[in-house]
Amino acid sequence: MEPNDRLSLDAWANPSSSCNGLPRKMSLENPSFTNFNLQQQEQKWDDTSILNYGIRIEPPFLEFNQASESEYLLSSTCNNQPKVLDQEDGLNSEALQTSKSLDWDPRTMLNNLSFLEQKIHHLQDLVHLIVGRKGQALGGHDQLVTQQQQLITADLTSIIVQLISTAGSLLPSVKHKLSTGPPNGQLGELLFPPLAGMNCVPQPQHGSGSKAVQPQCVTGSKVSDQCNQMDVTGSFGTEQNLSIEEHEMKEEEDADEGENLPPGSYDILQLEKEEILAPHTHFCTICGKGFKRDANLRMHMRGHGDEYKTPAALAKPNKESSSEPVIIKRYSCPFAGCKRNKDHKKFQPLKTILCVKNHYKRTHCDKSYICSRCNTKKFSVMADLKTHEKHCGKDKWLCSCGTTFSRKDKLFGHIALFQGHTPAIPLEETKGPSLSCDKMDGNEASNKSGNINFSFGSNAGGGAQNIIEVKEDADDPASYFSPLSFDTCNFGGFHEFPRPTFDDSESSFSFLEAP
Amino acid sequence: MKTNKKTTSNCNPFDFLTEEIIFTILDYLNDDPFSKKSLSLTCKALYSIESHHRKTLKPLRAELLSRTLHRYPHIEHLDMTLCPRIEDSMLNVVSLACKDALCSINLSRSRFFTNIGLSSLVSSCFNLVEIDLSNGVELNDLAAAAIAEAKNLEKLWLSRCKLITDMGIGCVAVGCRKLRLICLKWCLKVSDLGLQLLALKCKEIRSLDLSYLQITEKCLPSILQLQHLEDLVLEGCLGIDDDALSTLQQSCKSLKTLNMSNCHNHSHVGLSSLINGAENLRELTLAYGPAITEDLAKCLHTFSGLRSVKFDGCLVKCSGVRAIGRWPRSLKELSFSKCSGVEDDSLSFLVRAHKELTKLDITCCRKITYDSVDSITSSCRSLTSVRMESCSLVPKEAFVLFGQRCELIEELDVTDTKIDDEGLKSISRCSKLSSLKLGICLNITDDGLKHIGSSCSKLKELDLYRSLGITDEGIAAVTFGCPELEIINIAYNDKITDSSLISLSRCSRLRVLEIRGCPHVSSKGLSAIAVGCRQLAVLDIKKCFNINDNAMLQLAQFSQSLKQINLSYCSVTDVGLLALASMNRLRNITVLHLRGLTPNGLAAALLTCRGITKVKLHASFKPLLPKSLLDYIEAHGCVLHWRDKAFQVEMDPKGWKLHFGKSPEAP
Repeated sequence: MEPNDRLSLDAWANPSSSCNGLPRKMSLENPSFTNFNLQQQEQKWDDTSILNYGIRIEPPFLEFNQASESEYLLSSTCNNQPKVLDQEDGLNSEALQTSKSLDWDPRTMLNNLSFLEQKIHHLQDLVHLIVGRKGQALGGHDQLVTQQQQLITADLTSIIVQLISTAGSLLPSVKHKLSTGPPNGQLGELLFPPLAGMNCVPQPQHGSGSKAVQPQCVTGSKVSDQCNQMDVTGSFGTEQNLSIEEHEMKEEEDADEGENLPPGSYDILQLEKEEILAPHTHFCTICGKGFKRDANLRMHMRGHGDEYKTPAALAKPNKESSSEPVIIKRYSCPFAGCKRNKDHKKFQPLKTILCVKNHYKRTHCDKSYICSRCNTKKFSVMADLKTHEKHCGKDKWLCSCGTTFSRKDKLFGHIALFQGHTPAIPLEETKGPSLSCDKMDGNEASNKSGNINFSFGSNAGGGAQNIIEVKEDADDPASYFSPLSFDTCNFGGFHEFPRPTFDDSESSFSFLEAP
Repeated sequence: MKTNKKTTSNCNPFDFLTEEIIFTILDYLNDDPFSKKSLSLTCKALYSIESHHRKTLKPLRAELLSRTLHRYPHIEHLDMTLCPRIEDSMLNVVSLACKDALCSINLSRSRFFTNIGLSSLVSSCFNLVEIDLSNGVELNDLAAAAIAEAKNLEKLWLSRCKLITDMGIGCVAVGCRKLRLICLKWCLKVSDLGLQLLALKCKEIRSLDLSYLQITEKCLPSILQLQHLEDLVLEGCLGIDDDALSTLQQSCKSLKTLNMSNCHNHSHVGLSSLINGAENLRELTLAYGPAITEDLAKCLHTFSGLRSVKFDGCLVKCSGVRAIGRWPRSLKELSFSKCSGVEDDSLSFLVRAHKELTKLDITCCRKITYDSVDSITSSCRSLTSVRMESCSLVPKEAFVLFGQRCELIEELDVTDTKIDDEGLKSISRCSKLSSLKLGICLNITDDGLKHIGSSCSKLKELDLYRSLGITDEGIAAVTFGCPELEIINIAYNDKITDSSLISLSRCSRLRVLEIRGCPHVSSKGLSAIAVGCRQLAVLDIKKCFNINDNAMLQLAQFSQSLKQINLSYCSVTDVGLLALASMNRLRNITVLHLRGLTPNGLAAALLTCRGITKVKLHASFKPLLPKSLLDYIEAHGCVLHWRDKAFQVEMDPKGWKLHFGKSPEAP
């Protein structure tokens, strides 16, 4: 046991307000969670949520407006309290302690505990189900059973870790050494992966870290519904495994157009909007930092101690379980009326979660990433913007309609297709570009801020992310309008000016005057 | 014209005629360029009628354009080829003056205008149907984009517009949807993409010239899908090869003329795939292309519409020639020019089948002999044009056969052959003969020419280059008998004297006179020419050492049509050159090795000569002339060619006659 853990356990044991019965063994492989008792939290559930709503929403907004932090902000804005801690942590540890004790909010704790309670409820249901199955088919799937066991243990460990960290936040001295990971973040991180695939995920967990507070309040009432759904869907074990795998998958385009699965031959999963838009899905249990990929998290974890450096800790989890006969899983877009929505007549499922994410952002979100080079192209997926920026400015093939192309044949294909479009000869605006660049810049800047506000208001989930990305962009224009690009503009203009005639006429005049 | 003048001055019958009738009369006055001018100068009424009648204008000076166009309000065709410098402002003048009347404009010899002038021209002249921008080496895509605004454009020439790219062509393709003819020869920056778009957008295209473009097979499918394409020129398109052609699925049924000269990379396989389905193919030119084999001839076998085939400079196989002889229908035109593989047997076989041949070109088929000429003349009785320069094995007896059997011959080129007076006597039976080339025919004398002069009254062109047996007597006989003579070449003949020129001055239509290297010709003879031949446009008096300033003064005074002159080695001095420089129409002048010429005189002449476009000068003058002067001259559209040739004292320093295996005759 590392000192950190030990300390956290100590912290856990000492102040334990509600979980007295939990033995120290709980951090081990097979903790029995039947002893868990969370009655107190359950009673206060409704009240806290409402209160939280009022209090918690405000601070992040303020911070966004200040926009002083970048990613750091994102991971910490979930909670006013830990954010402050982070900031001051490196500065002065003593002042830190006082501020921590001042800042500690019992409501947050309550939230965390209620999360845990939900989580435990899920687990309870799951185990019930497994028990039921065992009764039905005894001799059957040994492997399935082991998988389920693994899943349950994984869930349990996460619960324990979260409990520990929650408890740890109570103790200023402990917190200091624990690094300042927000308890909520840990909560979301560990709960999310297994549950994401389950079609019946309670909202708060997907809020994952930064938004743990907020969605919890909004969708507090949904929790019970989703629990019911879970019962309906049935087969969990495999699904969970699969979903974990899906998370590990590399980025791929949603190229499932050609796929023609007969309806019913696959399971349809539908993630909620907030879940889709969550910037990070993996969180460090220690410091709370969020990651988009599990592998990145594992890499990050190495910095927290030697026990994370073992091959087992670094290995891709649940790799061996993929030998199972898999049930094909496809995803549905939560946007009603979308062709990718399962209620659509001509429903076309999405292949992976990544497809879902990209699809949802591209189709149903604002295109808030504006290319700072051309100031015209907008994207809702950062990667699309990056791809565009790679060749932006090299789009010298211009159509009269204003569309630019990176390749001449594409432009000619475009012109061939549309009546009345003609190639635009770029030199027509020889005088234009340098001036118009500045103007455009100003316009777009205002647009940009407009966009920020707009997107922020419309989807709070994506808002945080947007802000950060846009901020990055806002810094960029300076580099894009560097002397280099200006040079090319101007030189192009002046060089192409019909110089020979000027020269000739000048010389001719001089000749006439000279003799 | 004098008769016209008289009638008008006496009773002015034109008062009783309606304008339409006078217009109709004026329509018949096109032969003589001076007649209309004379008419318009008689009285105000005729002046105004002539101004309103004129549809075509070829101005000499762009500076006077606004006044000229004011005088002629109904100009439809504007030919600016004589104005080397056309600025945007001048095009603006044209656009304001001509407006909708203007249908066609030729700017092929002009420079210094840009897209701005073109766009003002195109925007006010809605009815522009033809624009010739050939040689616009400074025109760029913007100019093409300006042209694209001419929505009614049907014919567009852009040869050598080397800066125009696919983008410009794309603009034209989108803008000028009615295009029927487009010439993109040497537009090196145009590629498949531009042509694909052009073919896609301009469905009316009839004629397409893509010579020397860097195109590949990619543009061919869309081009072949043009429903009306009749004339396709793919000269020197080296990117088109057998592999490219063999994949073609499309066929162009409307195709009538195909020119694939200088395409070395295809064989009969590619050709047959390209013309597959072109049932109406009439003309095929494969000059300097694939070998004429039996396979190639066989693949053309099915094209029964084929009327004209040109295999200039190809490697010809006898079997191929024979296979052509088995084609089902007779050709009208056939060219084996510079095909060394043509032999008597195969050619005789061929002409026996193609009895309807009217034009035959067997230039430099050095292996053919009497037998070929015998079969040609016996089977192809309707021949009008025979070119057999340098058929050196054909004996003199063979030429008699032409006169005996092919009396319809109008054009005969027997340069560098063994034709003699007997042959000429026989050929004189061809009363329609209009062009006769007897260069380097050392066996002919004045007697033969007298026969020609007595019978061939329609002769317009006579070439006696280095035909050393000819004297003044023969020339006189020709000038008496052939008053319509327009072109004559008596170069390098030391027996020609002033009396030849004096007799030639009778031919009032003479346009081209070449007396290069005739040492006995003097200013006296040339003065007579100047006075008598007012239409003289091209004059070559190089190495006529006795011609001096006097002749130049006469030329300057009388030969107002003179356009081109070469007076190298003459005794002309500054005075003569200055006199020449005052000539309005002079465009092209070569002054190498003029002993009497000083840099000052040259500078003065160059400054005086406003419309000049091309001057060949000796390089030794270059450092002697001020740079600013040269810049000024060039800014006015004149191109200076500096030559560094050594002074040649001898008439025939290289002894080139030996080259052809002839015995040089003593002068």
